[in-house]
Parts: sequence; C-alpha cells; structure tokens
Amino acid sequence: MQTALFIEQILNGLQLGVMLFLMAAGLTLIFGVMGLINLAHGSLYMVGAFACAAVAGATGSFWLGLAASLAAAAAAGALVEILVIRRLYERDHLDQVLATFALILIFSEGTRWLFGSFPLYLDIPPLLQGTVPIPGGSRYQLYRLAIIGVGVAVAVGLFLLISRTRLGMRIRAGESDREMIGALGVDIRTLYTVVFALGAALAGLAGAMVGALQSVQVGMGEPVLILAFVVIVIGGIGSIKGALVGALLVGLTDTMGRILLPQLFGVFMDPSRAGLVGGAVASMLIYIVMAIILAVRPQGLFAAKG
Amino acid sequence: MAEAVLAIRDLCKSFGALRATENVSIDLVPGEIHALIGPNGAGKSTLIHQIAGTLKPDSGEIEFLGKPVSHIGAAERARMGLGRSFQVSSLAPEFSALRNVMLAVQSRQGTSFRFFKPVMRDATLVEPAMAALERAGLKDRARVAAAELSHGERRQLEIAIALALGSRAFLLDEPMAGMGPEGSKTLTGFLDGLRREAPILLVEHDMDAVFALADRISVLVYGRVIATGTVDEIRSDPEVRRAYLGGAE
Amino acid sequence: MTISRETAINLVLALLLLAVPFIAMQLGKPFYVTLATRMAILGLAAIGLNIALGLGGLVSFGHAAFFGIGGYAAGILASHAFSGQPLDFGLFAVPGSKLMPVIWAAAILAGGLLAAAIGSISLRTSGVYFIMITLAFAQMTYYFAISWPAYGGEDGLSITIRSTFPGVNTLVPQNYFLICYALLVVGLVLFALLRDSRFGAALQASRQNEVRVASVGIAPFRIKLVAFVISGMITALAGALYADLNRFVSPSMLSWHMSGEFIVLIILGGVGRLCGPLAGAMLFVMFEYILGGLTERWQFFLGLLLLGVVLFARGGLIGLLAGRARHG
Repeated sequence: MQTALFIEQILNGLQLGVMLFLMAAGLTLIFGVMGLINLAHGSLYMVGAFACAAVAGATGSFWLGLAASLAAAAAAGALVEILVIRRLYERDHLDQVLATFALILIFSEGTRWLFGSFPLYLDIPPLLQGTVPIPGGSRYQLYRLAIIGVGVAVAVGLFLLISRTRLGMRIRAGESDREMIGALGVDIRTLYTVVFALGAALAGLAGAMVGALQSVQVGMGEPVLILAFVVIVIGGIGSIKGALVGALLVGLTDTMGRILLPQLFGVFMDPSRAGLVGGAVASMLIYIVMAIILAVRPQGLFAAKG
Repeated sequence: MAEAVLAIRDLCKSFGALRATENVSIDLVPGEIHALIGPNGAGKSTLIHQIAGTLKPDSGEIEFLGKPVSHIGAAERARMGLGRSFQVSSLAPEFSALRNVMLAVQSRQGTSFRFFKPVMRDATLVEPAMAALERAGLKDRARVAAAELSHGERRQLEIAIALALGSRAFLLDEPMAGMGPEGSKTLTGFLDGLRREAPILLVEHDMDAVFALADRISVLVYGRVIATGTVDEIRSDPEVRRAYLGGAE
Repeated sequence: MTISRETAINLVLALLLLAVPFIAMQLGKPFYVTLATRMAILGLAAIGLNIALGLGGLVSFGHAAFFGIGGYAAGILASHAFSGQPLDFGLFAVPGSKLMPVIWAAAILAGGLLAAAIGSISLRTSGVYFIMITLAFAQMTYYFAISWPAYGGEDGLSITIRSTFPGVNTLVPQNYFLICYALLVVGLVLFALLRDSRFGAALQASRQNEVRVASVGIAPFRIKLVAFVISGMITALAGALYADLNRFVSPSMLSWHMSGEFIVLIILGGVGRLCGPLAGAMLFVMFEYILGGLTERWQFFLGLLLLGVVLFARGGLIGLLAGRARHG
C-alpha cells in the first residue's frame, strides 16, 4: 500500500478519534461525577453544529459561529440540567435512559421546527482552507489537521483542569465520594450544573467542527453518540484517560478497517466479493473489538472504580 | 471429638501489605456453636467471606463435609449445605418473606429452569418454606414484603432461609446486630436450639449472647487466632484479656 | 374466585383491542384494522422486552436487533420463495417459504441465536455498561444490514406477497389481525406463566438482589441469559409479523430508535406488569395516529409526554389504574 494513502488514513483515523474523544470525555465525566447516563449528549453536539452554522451564515464568520456553538451548547446543557437532569440523579438508569431519550425527541423535533428539514452547510474558514504536504508526496486538508490539534489541546486542557484546579479537585472528590463532597461544603448543585455544561460545551465544539466537513442536519449526533458509548465502554466508564485511549482506538480501527479489510479479503477472494465482505465486516469491526475487550476486561481498559 | 463438619487450615489472605487473615485454623464439630470474636478490623468478615466462597484466599485449605471446597464457588458451596447470613441484611426486598424462603427451597430441590408451574400453588415449595418461617418465628409475617420487615425480623428471615437450604453448617455474621434486647433474647434462645440441627460458626459482638451460647470461642486479633477454648478458658486467658477483653470486665 | 383489579383492567384492554377491527369495519374505516394490528405486534415485541427488562431488570437498549432479525427472517424467506432460489448456508441450503409457521420458527430461531450471542457477552456486565453494550451490538446489526447489499442494503427488502397460513385468507386485514392477536395472547400467557414459575422467581430475585440469589445456590448468570434469549425470541417473532404487515423490511427496523420505542412502550404501560406492554402499545399507536394527524411535530409532544411520565407518573398506565404490583 502506498505510504501516502496510509498516512492519510491514519490522520483520518486520528481526526475521528479526536472527535469521539470530545464527545466521550463529556459523557464519561457526567457519568463519573453524577452517575448519569445521558443519551441526549448527541443532541448537544447537534445544537453546537446548528448554532455554528446559523451564526456563521448570518455574520459570515466561522469564528463567531464557533464561539456561538460553545455558548449555545453550554447554555442548552445548563438549562436541561436545571430543568430535567437534576431530577434524575437519584433515579435508576432506566429512568435516566427514558428521560434523556425523550429529550432527544424534543431537541430533534424542536430543531427541525426552527431550521426546517433541509441540511445547513458550513464552510471551512478561509484561514484553514487548503492543504499541506505530508510524507509520501501527498497533501492533507489543513482543516482536519486543525481538528486534531484542537482535540489534543482539549485533552491537555482537561487533564490540567482536573489535576490542577479547584474545580478539578471538586470533580475528583465528586467521583470518589458524593456524600463527602457535600460535607466539605461544596455547593453540589452548582458543581453538577457546571460539569454538565462543560460536557455539553465539548460536545457542541465537536459538532461545530464536524459541521464544516459534513452537512449540518437533525439526527447528526446520534451515530456519534453511539460510537462515543462504544468508546467509553472500551475505555472504562468514568475515566478520561480511558476515553482518550478508547476514542483513538475506535477512530483508527474504524478508519483503517474500512481500507484494509477489503484488501485483506482480496487475498483469497475475487475483488468485488472481497469489497462486499470486507466492507460488511469493517462496518462491524469496532463492535467486534469492543466485544473482545469486554470478554477480557468486562469493566473496560481503565475502569475508574470497582 | 467427632469429625469436623467444617475444617479450615492455615488460611492466609493479604490485601497489599495488610494481612487480613494469617495462618488461621478453625474447625466446627457437630452440635456446637463456635463463636468468633475480636475487635473491629480483626478480619472476621474477611474470614467469613473466604469460607462462604465470595473471597478467594491466597493459601490454605477449607474442607466442608470432608471435601476440599477451596476451588469451588459460593453458589456451589451453598448447594452443598453451607448456609450463610449476611452482616448487612441481603434479601430480595420486593418479595414477601415467604417467597424469599421459597427461593431457597427451590434451589435445594435442584433446578430453577422450570418455566410453567406457578410457584405459589406448588405445595412442595410453599410448605417447607412455611415450616422454616415458623421455626424462625416469622410465620405471622410470611406475606409481608422483606423491605417492610423490621430489622430483627429480617435477621430471622435470613435464618429461615439458611434453615430452608437444609444447611449442614451455618455461618452467621453478627445476627444480633441492631436488635433490641427483646429480639436478642428470642434469637439467643432460637440459636441455642439450632445447634442441634447443624453446628454454627457465629461472628458476634454481643458478648452476653456469645458467653451464653458458645461451646467454644476463637479470638481473632489482626488476622491471627490468638486463642481457642471454652468460655471459661477464654475469659481467664491473659493474652485475650490484654488484647481484647481488657476494659470490658 | 375474585378477580383482582389488575386482571379486570387487563381483560378490558384485551377485549378493547379485539373489538377495534370490528368497530372499524362497521364505521367503514379499514385503516383502523391496520392500527389495531400494529398495536398487537408492537405489544408482542414489548412483551418480549418486558421479560428481560421488567422481570430481570436487564435494561436492554438493543431489542431492535431481535425485532429486525425477525423481520429479515421473514423477508429473506419470502424473497427466496418468490425467486425459487434456495437459501445457501454454505454447508446446506434451505428453500424459501411463504408459510407463516415456518417463517415464525425461523424468526424465533434467529432471534434466539442472536440473543444468546449478544447476551453471553453483555451479561458479563451490568448497569450502564449493559445498556450501552446492548445498544452498540444492535447498532452493529444495523450497520451490517446497511452494508450487506444482497437483501436490499439501505433500501430494504420488499415482500411481494403476504405469507400464507393454512386455512386462512391472510390477505383480508381482519384475518391477519386475528393471527397477530392470537400470538399476542400466547405471548401474554407465556409471560404470566414465566413470571409465576420457579424460573421467574429466580429471575425476579436476581433483579432485586443478585448476591442473595447466588448465596442460596442459584447461579444468576444462567438465569439471566436464558431470560434474555426467550426475550429475544418473542421480539423476533413480533418482527416477522411486522415485516409481513408492512410487506417490507428495512434497516430502520434495527435502528436504535426502535429499541428506544420498545422501552417507551413498557414505561408508558407499566414495567414488569403483564399487560404493561399492551397498554403501552395501544397508547403509543393511538397517540402517534391522533397527534400525527394534528401536527407534523408530534414527536416533540411525545417527548414532552414521555418526560412527564418518567418524572411524575412512574408505574405507567397499569400502575395508575391498578396500583402497585404485588408479589405474593
């Protein structure tokens, strides 16, 4: 296989992995601190994308759109937390699943109401248009490299936030002992709202960045949400490190599988049949990887506790 | 002395640097109540867990009814007749007392893979369960959900379950805990009779109950058995007095 | 013998559904027969899930996989019956079929096998992991159906002729309704028997307290796995009926929205209650039809209703009408 194509696919895999990390980090943080499973996380991703597309469309500035996406997703997250989510912390997972499923319906239909059924389009900002040379003689989209850069920056930022700041200390305390943190005099309601809004903002950021690569439409968050679930199941629920490793693993496995498997099957099948079988297996590959990891470690690679 | 029903030899278990169980050897012979006492953190619960099969020892041997059981799981040991009550009551809360006991009867009879016959109309389940409840003094409360029983009644229910399993030995982890004086007295009288059915390894903090009931006492301190003997031997043992009973007398 | 309030409500619900097609024909609105058939089929699918979720506490967010595989079993057998080509499994080949009992058996078998595979991995975990893993595996079947072009891929597969049942003209909508209704009743009876049996006792106890179950000598894993397989089989049967009703099967039957809908049906009706799934299905289909007629945005209001039920009306319709469940 050509080196250039190989490198390009690795970069694509990294870019997908970084995106998934932004989603999974919020999910896993919310689960770790509040014990909540949030299906509506994909809706916050969609909110980010729509906010970015709408503001960029109105002002002509992608950067204003990006800021709007962070603000809109964080605000939507905080609002939903205050109105609905905080009533669910003491409930069982079934109630959480149902209520957040209901939120998806409300968000999706509400967005369709506001923006109509046609997809919106978001252009890559002029600063990041164009390509850069990569080893092997090919060129790669600058914008995708920028996404990888943002993802790395967010990962470092989250790590610093959790290990170095007062907020991070409270988050860690909340993960290990919910009662103790109340006893310490931390305003737990505010902390939960802040954590939820932070997770929402990360999802919104992911949605806005991907919005420039794909079309912005209702339902765009759901496939990403399910991939993010796979990521945190692999990584271990509640672990940011697990989310990072899981996201890169899923991103690379999915991307490389789609390229390599048809070629692999081509060794002992005729090309058209190999493409068919390889493609079908590749579409299932990350789930197979997940099953194997769970068979060996039922709590994921970096289980946070017990 | 009769053949031991339960024999534990040289059991060791460490959690990191902490030696929770260190070369513990204890046996349980037919007809006796063997009390296990010791200060908090002495490793009593850890020991019970290893005997019941919910925790794996690092080394040592556990024999039950003459067979080594170290390698088999908790469910299998329960089926062999090792009945256990939990320190924190562990029941199916929505089920009535009767149905909690019926589950044990069902397990004892063999398979749970019967899909069609309604259990509540199955006399082979209901009757033995009612009998066990009656012996544990809970007959009047048979139809009450476990969650609505008082603390003491839940203890009685735990024992009814162990009875219904047809246990050949009982592991009772602090059955008196949280009981009022009246409840403790009733339970003491009940356990007194229960030993004729099967021997009891009793972990208990209530010293009045222990001294009233125990045929033998083992004292566990920092994971080691520092003495085993009759009530009088233990009361007068200088090392026990120093390590444990010191201020109590 | 006295009849409990819940039994009375169950009977009323069952008779009500049975009456719908006849009233519909009187009113000259044959479309209502299709709605009633949908209610019966979705009710059956949710009865399957209710065994895992209601009795066993296994919150499966992947039951669309079983519904869909049942649908594809029907679609694939019918398409081979139409083309006359046998279905090639490599080692052996099976002719297609348009006979309902054969199709149902195939759907149940396929659903059971898939549930055994998914269950044996997913049940090693519990809680949120279980929810996410079942969701992920269902998604896997969804993507497989999309990327496998032999049976229509993304476009789905049309069933040219409705399957047949000996002695019944299945093309008459009322007849097809009665077939589905009969299977729904079988499903209800099966659920009631399971719930009250020794197996059901062990299953319900393992939902309440797994440690207890093990400590009396019953291994909870095997109990839960068998329950999950039975659950998958029933939902797969409903999937086959659904495909036959629509004469069409597509990956959307495998989508995670479908899985969510099944849970919704159970919550609307009442978790673990005998007729909870049926009540939920009747409410849901009615709601979809009435609200769908009023506004394109009916899902928005469905979301609000659902949120209200979860936050304020736990116990669903049956809980509301008959009070809390009793366990002997």
